[in-house]
Amino acid sequence: MSDFLKIEGLKAQIDADGTPKEILKGLDLTIPKGEVHAIMGPNGSGKSTLSYVLAGREDYEVTGGSAHFKGQDLLELEPEERAALGVFLAFQSPVELPGVNNANFLRTAVNAVRKARGEEELDAVSFLKLAREETARLSMSGEMLKRAVNVGFSGGEKKRNEVLQMRLLKPSLAILDETDSGLDIDALRIVADGVNSLRGPDFSSLVITHHQRLLDYIVPDRVHVMAHGRIIHSGGPEVATLLEKQGYKQFLEAAA
Amino acid sequence: MSENNAAAWQALTGRAGERAALLGTEGLPTRRVEAWHYTPLQSLNGVAWQAAPALDDAAVKQRVDGLALPKHDGLLVFANGRFCKALSHLPACMDVQEYGDGSAVQPLLAGRFSAGLNAALRQPGARLHVPAGKDAGLIVMVSLTEGNGVSTHLHHSVTLDEGASLTLLDIQLGEGQYLTNPQMDVHCADNAHLSHVTHQAESREAARLGIIGACIGERGNYDSFTLNQGGVLARQEVVSQLSGPFSNTNVNAIQLVDGSRLNDLSSMIHHASPDCTSRQTVRTVLSENGQGVFQGKILVDQIAQKTDGYQMNQALLLSEKAQMNSKPELEIYADDVKCSHGATVGALDEDQLFYLRSRGVQEEQARDLLVQAFLLETVELVEHESLRDYLLKALPGHV
Repeated sequence: MSDFLKIEGLKAQIDADGTPKEILKGLDLTIPKGEVHAIMGPNGSGKSTLSYVLAGREDYEVTGGSAHFKGQDLLELEPEERAALGVFLAFQSPVELPGVNNANFLRTAVNAVRKARGEEELDAVSFLKLAREETARLSMSGEMLKRAVNVGFSGGEKKRNEVLQMRLLKPSLAILDETDSGLDIDALRIVADGVNSLRGPDFSSLVITHHQRLLDYIVPDRVHVMAHGRIIHSGGPEVATLLEKQGYKQFLEAAA
Repeated sequence: MSENNAAAWQALTGRAGERAALLGTEGLPTRRVEAWHYTPLQSLNGVAWQAAPALDDAAVKQRVDGLALPKHDGLLVFANGRFCKALSHLPACMDVQEYGDGSAVQPLLAGRFSAGLNAALRQPGARLHVPAGKDAGLIVMVSLTEGNGVSTHLHHSVTLDEGASLTLLDIQLGEGQYLTNPQMDVHCADNAHLSHVTHQAESREAARLGIIGACIGERGNYDSFTLNQGGVLARQEVVSQLSGPFSNTNVNAIQLVDGSRLNDLSSMIHHASPDCTSRQTVRTVLSENGQGVFQGKILVDQIAQKTDGYQMNQALLLSEKAQMNSKPELEIYADDVKCSHGATVGALDEDQLFYLRSRGVQEEQARDLLVQAFLLETVELVEHESLRDYLLKALPGHV
């Protein structure tokens, strides 16, 4: 099976005031097609770095290892090429774009991805119809389409806007970077529904979270524990329950 | 070679004849002249600027027909400094008056080189007059210049009587290595309202020294917007004087500077009466080796109590070689005023760029989107919807 994510020995560093700081220290992770995996780990373990490196953010320098998706060398691709291939990152802190109308932004993104995938671009009318259906599904006000992207959105609205983008862009690999942070239980359910609705044989996801709570709604096939830039333990959904009860200590000690 | 021995100086003073004194004696302004420190004119010295020859009406018509103009109530066409009557028309309530002697510099623009040059060499331009209480709608003015080593010096005046209003789209374009030096004198009587959009889209090789002097009466409004986009060296200078109480002026602009070009917006907003407001937003986008200049002075006379002034200038640098020079200036003699100003210069936000690209948007399109977003708020300051649409189409990778 070639259609999946395979990360081997991945090392990445960031420039911290002139000195390189290694954050990913030889990370291995494989997500088969159609599976949802969760990564849990203490602060500073490198979870967000992993998501940024997979999405192609330039301020991280990959110094070793590899990451392949659908058989392609992901690290060789520009961020927009990764998006076209099906990678989607739901940001932990979605970026505000003052002056960029949300509907225009969404249509530009959808059509860019459709074009790159060899699909027909949507005209303004059919796009708006689609966008309205999707906002309604996420209990978002239609007003949010008219506003500037994420500007003046509450934390919950920003996260819903991420899920809206995900639904519209139809990724085959969705990386959710602490999408649950700052969400109340209703918003959490809506976000989880948005992800679950995409689940299927052609959809894989990597859910990064601090809390088991989200995993009650998005039940993962596998849970990985990350610390010090590596995956130190992998198991079934029960790992999340264990972590919630006992913390990271036992895994950290076992890995030491 | 001293400045006043230069070929340009010899040619210009020669053409001015007895009016040469209006040019002063110092030659074209150098970096040493404070008002021209960031926009010195020595690069014009080598050319013996000649009067521009008349252009063929049919060719001018073709050029004007090719423009995507908004729906308008009148059109005035000038080609190489001459009025093209056959291509022009005006609404019934307006007239184009005969050109008077007009060789003096109006006091408002005294001491300004661009105005002196215009006075010395001026050519009759539009003399628009809107009678009291009339709304003349939207008038488009097109000034076309073509040729190398030639110069034009059109002098326009726009007079709005009490309660009159007018929207003016002033398009300036051309081809070649010419010098153009238009001046517009604006008089807004009490309660008169002029919206004036200048689209400076001159040839990328042209030098352009344009100047506007506006006097605004009680509760009058001069709303000026400039899209500064062409010229190898192009200054738009706006002097707006709030002469009557409760009057307002806006001196907004967008500058788009690429290649090795220089665009300059220099303004003086003069609060000469109490209870007036002024608003100024100038945004400059610079790429390649582009140079941008903003010099904005707000002068508040002692009498001008309760002045409310706002000035903001922001520049976006898209290249490391681009350069922005900003010089905001407040000179306030009244004690009960509210004047705020600010300036920022920066690059595109990498987080925003990455966010867009992670959504599949190509890097170039993502940059265009962010540049447009930066400019959009400024375009939105233009009151007239069809002029906003016109301007949006002129922006990079237009919406």
